[in-house]
Amino acid sequence: MASIIRSKSVLSVFFINLFLSLVSSAVAVSSGYESGDGFSISGRVKLPGMSLKAFGSPGGKASNVKVVLNGGEHVTFLRPDGYFSFQNMSAGTHLIEVAAIGYFFSPVRVDVSARHPGKVQAALTETRRGLNELVLEPLREEQYYEIREPFSIMSLVKSPMGLMMGFMLVVVFLMPKLMENMDPEEMRRAQEEMRSQGVPSLANLIPGAGRS
Amino acid sequence: MAIRFIILTLLFLSSCTIPSLSLYEDQVGLMDWHQQYIGKVKHAVFHTQKTGRKRVVVSTEENVIASLDLRHGEIFWRHVLGINDVVDGIDIALGKYVITLSSDGSTLRAWNLPDGQMVWESFLRGSKHSKPLLLVPTNLKVDKDSLILVSSKGCLHAVSSIDGEILWTRDFAAESVEVQQVIQLDESDQIYVVGYAGSSQFHAYQINAMNGELLNHETAAFSGGFVGDVALVSSDTLVTLDTTRSILVTVSFKNRKIAFQETHLSNLGEDSSGMVEILPSSLTGMFTVKINNYKLFIRLTSEDKLEVVHKVDHETVVSDALVFSEGKEAFAVVEHGGSKVDITVKPGQDWNNNLVQESIEMDHQRGLVHKVFINNYLRTDRSHGFRALIVMEDHSLLLVQQGKIVWNREDALASIIDVTTSELPVEKEGVSVAKVEHSLFEWLKGHMLKLKGTLMLASPEDVAAIQAIRLKSSEKSKMTRDHNGFRKLLIVLTKARKIFALHSGDGRVVWSLLLHKSEACDSPTELNLYQWQTPHHHAMDENPSVLVVGRCGVSSKAPAILSFVDTYTGKELNSFDLVHSAVQVMPLPFTDSTEQRLHLLVDDDRRIHLYPKTSEAISIFQQEFSNIYWYSVEADNGIIKGHAVKSKCAGEVLDDFCFETRVLWSIIFPMESEKIIAAVSRKQNEVVHTQAKVTSEQDVMYKYISKNLLFVATVAPKASGHIGSADPDEAWLVVYLIDTITGRILHRMTHHGAQGPVHAVLSENWVVYHYFNLRAHRYEMSVTEIYDQSRAENKDVLKLVLGKHNLTAPVSSYSRPEITTKSQTYFFTHSVKAVAVTSTAKGITSKQLLIGTIGDQVLALDKRFLDPRRSINPTQAEKEEGIIPLADSLPIIPQSYVTHSLKVEGLRGILTVPAKLESTTLVFAYGVDLFYTRLAPSRTYDSLTEDFSYALLLLTIVALVAAIFVTWVLSEKKELREKWR
Repeated sequence: MASIIRSKSVLSVFFINLFLSLVSSAVAVSSGYESGDGFSISGRVKLPGMSLKAFGSPGGKASNVKVVLNGGEHVTFLRPDGYFSFQNMSAGTHLIEVAAIGYFFSPVRVDVSARHPGKVQAALTETRRGLNELVLEPLREEQYYEIREPFSIMSLVKSPMGLMMGFMLVVVFLMPKLMENMDPEEMRRAQEEMRSQGVPSLANLIPGAGRS
Repeated sequence: MAIRFIILTLLFLSSCTIPSLSLYEDQVGLMDWHQQYIGKVKHAVFHTQKTGRKRVVVSTEENVIASLDLRHGEIFWRHVLGINDVVDGIDIALGKYVITLSSDGSTLRAWNLPDGQMVWESFLRGSKHSKPLLLVPTNLKVDKDSLILVSSKGCLHAVSSIDGEILWTRDFAAESVEVQQVIQLDESDQIYVVGYAGSSQFHAYQINAMNGELLNHETAAFSGGFVGDVALVSSDTLVTLDTTRSILVTVSFKNRKIAFQETHLSNLGEDSSGMVEILPSSLTGMFTVKINNYKLFIRLTSEDKLEVVHKVDHETVVSDALVFSEGKEAFAVVEHGGSKVDITVKPGQDWNNNLVQESIEMDHQRGLVHKVFINNYLRTDRSHGFRALIVMEDHSLLLVQQGKIVWNREDALASIIDVTTSELPVEKEGVSVAKVEHSLFEWLKGHMLKLKGTLMLASPEDVAAIQAIRLKSSEKSKMTRDHNGFRKLLIVLTKARKIFALHSGDGRVVWSLLLHKSEACDSPTELNLYQWQTPHHHAMDENPSVLVVGRCGVSSKAPAILSFVDTYTGKELNSFDLVHSAVQVMPLPFTDSTEQRLHLLVDDDRRIHLYPKTSEAISIFQQEFSNIYWYSVEADNGIIKGHAVKSKCAGEVLDDFCFETRVLWSIIFPMESEKIIAAVSRKQNEVVHTQAKVTSEQDVMYKYISKNLLFVATVAPKASGHIGSADPDEAWLVVYLIDTITGRILHRMTHHGAQGPVHAVLSENWVVYHYFNLRAHRYEMSVTEIYDQSRAENKDVLKLVLGKHNLTAPVSSYSRPEITTKSQTYFFTHSVKAVAVTSTAKGITSKQLLIGTIGDQVLALDKRFLDPRRSINPTQAEKEEGIIPLADSLPIIPQSYVTHSLKVEGLRGILTVPAKLESTTLVFAYGVDLFYTRLAPSRTYDSLTEDFSYALLLLTIVALVAAIFVTWVLSEKKELREKWR
């Protein structure tokens, strides 16, 4: 129960965050400062299962994540805690992309203000959601392979083979039942009719069976 | 009943042929292969402590840093830095961090040695450019920390190696001193920083490394001036050259005094005319001078005199000094001797003594030795052994130990320039019966295993066995042509001037060839590969060959070099050093009787030269004289020109194969508002199957299919920088579709607020291009389809019946077609590195776009998503036609990444080649890594998939036959009973 309650509170916090971010996406975030001859943008990438000390663990591998600025102008890597930074940036609008195998990240639009040094605004371009902090989280995990359905009787039945078998069973077992319910007189008449028309019976088809 | 069985069996057969579009995890490696490379090694640092795995950390010219297994040469971890992030130096600090200095000395990073995780990153600032130097002293330790000294951009920084914090910075740029060397004094925490101010003032600073305190500063002027590199011969003496490059200057800064000593090269008994250069080295008491094409080893004697120790030719390579056991030094010298390479390890200062002398057989395809790094190890008898890491001319990396090559890596494949394909030889020998009988049992066994696999009953060993059988049975690595055309040779040209033939089945190197270097040309560069001869109709006994076009030097006016390479044997058939340049190479659609393709080379004087130089070629060319047109794009001047052949060259020397040309048309873009950033044309060998498209309203739209279509994209000059650098109001992107015969602009469209980079692909009657929208701050992809209006009236049945249609009218490139275009634009999430389109043998199969994303993955996107007829609410008829409802962005379906969970690091290009099987196309993506796979954009509708279970089919048939007999017996019995009744 406890876990459910916690997740609820997390959810509500999330909604408040979302609300706040919708209202105040223009609020400056303190991830930029002026130093010497340019601005710096720093932020953090959060991968599920990536904790402060767990680099190298299979959960979240920070070592294979790249952060790309402006389509390849600068490339940087993540520290073990997920932080990254770009230095010597000009004022203006920049685009940050995160390349991580297994995750889908939305590119982030980052505006570095020239008029108010240190003012940086960030927004996800995919969802147009503003970010209060430059914390990038994957929108979703990516599954590159089709998942093989585990073996089940239903899948076998549903397969063309299974359908065929089913049909055969119907023919073999249900048809005689139907025949039995028929009036014997009528049946005989029908059989005679069939014989006279020379419907190819199984016996005629198989060689050697003609002697009967 | 039997008929029904047969029909059902047929039904079953046909229903089994539906394969899946995407990949299951256990199918990885069946049709694809992936290879990882690093590039030509620049720096190498060994890490061979007693405990742990032995490794060597390298940085390469492809901006890769990697940790390699010293036993096998495999990659432990690897990082590909950005394109501008050139590595200046690497070292190991604290025994656990790899320190890299990159981006012209402005970025310092530390990587965890075991797993390659970045630990910290520091940015070093400075005002002025200077030589980036990285020094990791071993003895400057404070508690557990140790210092890293970096000299870059006119400053000296001391950085903590634990967290990358900058402890102190000393600016030398203020005194306009350009730092040349940072020298650590033995066993003290003092360092010397030496540099020049201007070209003649020498400065020596003595600094306390712990706090950056300046202890002493000496300066002295040298009238001769300094030039070039310095060579440090001891901790207080260095050698450099004066501005005339004829005098060696020994500078000693002992005891707070600077003293110069000049030695004429001629005094050393050497002719100093020509290019004299001091090579950077770290040998104690010795340095190397390169004069023209030989090298001198010069020693500083105890009386501060210089003397020549040894003289070798320029192909000899020397390693840096290695300190082993109690301050003993050693260095390696590698010399060439015929097909052998001699490696000598010498103790420092003693030229005549050898610690190790080994001679190894070297494949001459590897060329010369370019670099050598040495490392020592303790043998079991406690003596010192040495291993050498050798970088060859062909960019390969070798580890040599005890006179043997332990491993080698073909790292030229990290720098592919151009790719083409070649067919394999036709299979000649027949199939023996014994082989079939043997394989029948195996075949059945394999299928039983497969059956177990499909029924999910297989144990892990069985699964492994299934995988192995699949790999073997696909026969994908055979050296002969196959029926489906899946097996091919990928011929790749690399920056190392080495050509490789890779087998498309498993990616192994079939042959490799280092192109022959002629005496006339010192620094040839290779450019392109063309299919020179592809025999298939006649001349079947000839081997196919490729043409390699290169030039001697870097400028486009440099004379061209042609080489012809046999693709079966990998032998260079012929090579020419031409007198003219080759600005453009045009393969013509004509072949001679031996199926050699005619090629035109355009030189910088706009003359064209015909190859091959045979009379047959000239007669073919003369017939088509008036039908040859081409265009040239001068991006710097903003001009596109169309050309035609005029007459034979008028020169003193009569050359039958040279022709003058004339300019037919030119399009001049206004320089102040438009700058050409992309020009893309259709693939010359592309096949189009249907000329028309039938829409859901029973309407016919005729595609405008012209081979002479050129897509050009221009941007506002202000917005030609990186993305986000321009204001949306002053940025625009204009796209053109130009007919290259007449120079007519067929279509022009402006995207306001958009900028490059533009990646485009032109195929059939459509063009798709990717660019950046500054207003939305997202990437966009646009599609434009071109339809021929002049043939639109042909849909009238009456006209068709009466023969009044113009379908049979010849289509001329001179005519003015009436065309209409349809366009649509969508958002696309990622930055793009390369775009290609799938191509199939007959062009029937629908197309997929292959998009190389910024994450170095290749995404297959169905062309149906880029259809200008998409609307928000398609009608029922349109839905049936396969039109997808319009969405504002293109979907990224993870299962449609053709590279699945792999990365093609440093992706540069994607090549698609049709297989013989119509449904299938072969895809080769290259960058630092290579990736190859087979794609079926509309699924394999014309063939059974490889995992089709024949055993299951066989089993079913057997079961059915058994059932037939059982039911027959039963019916017989029943009939008998009936008769007795």
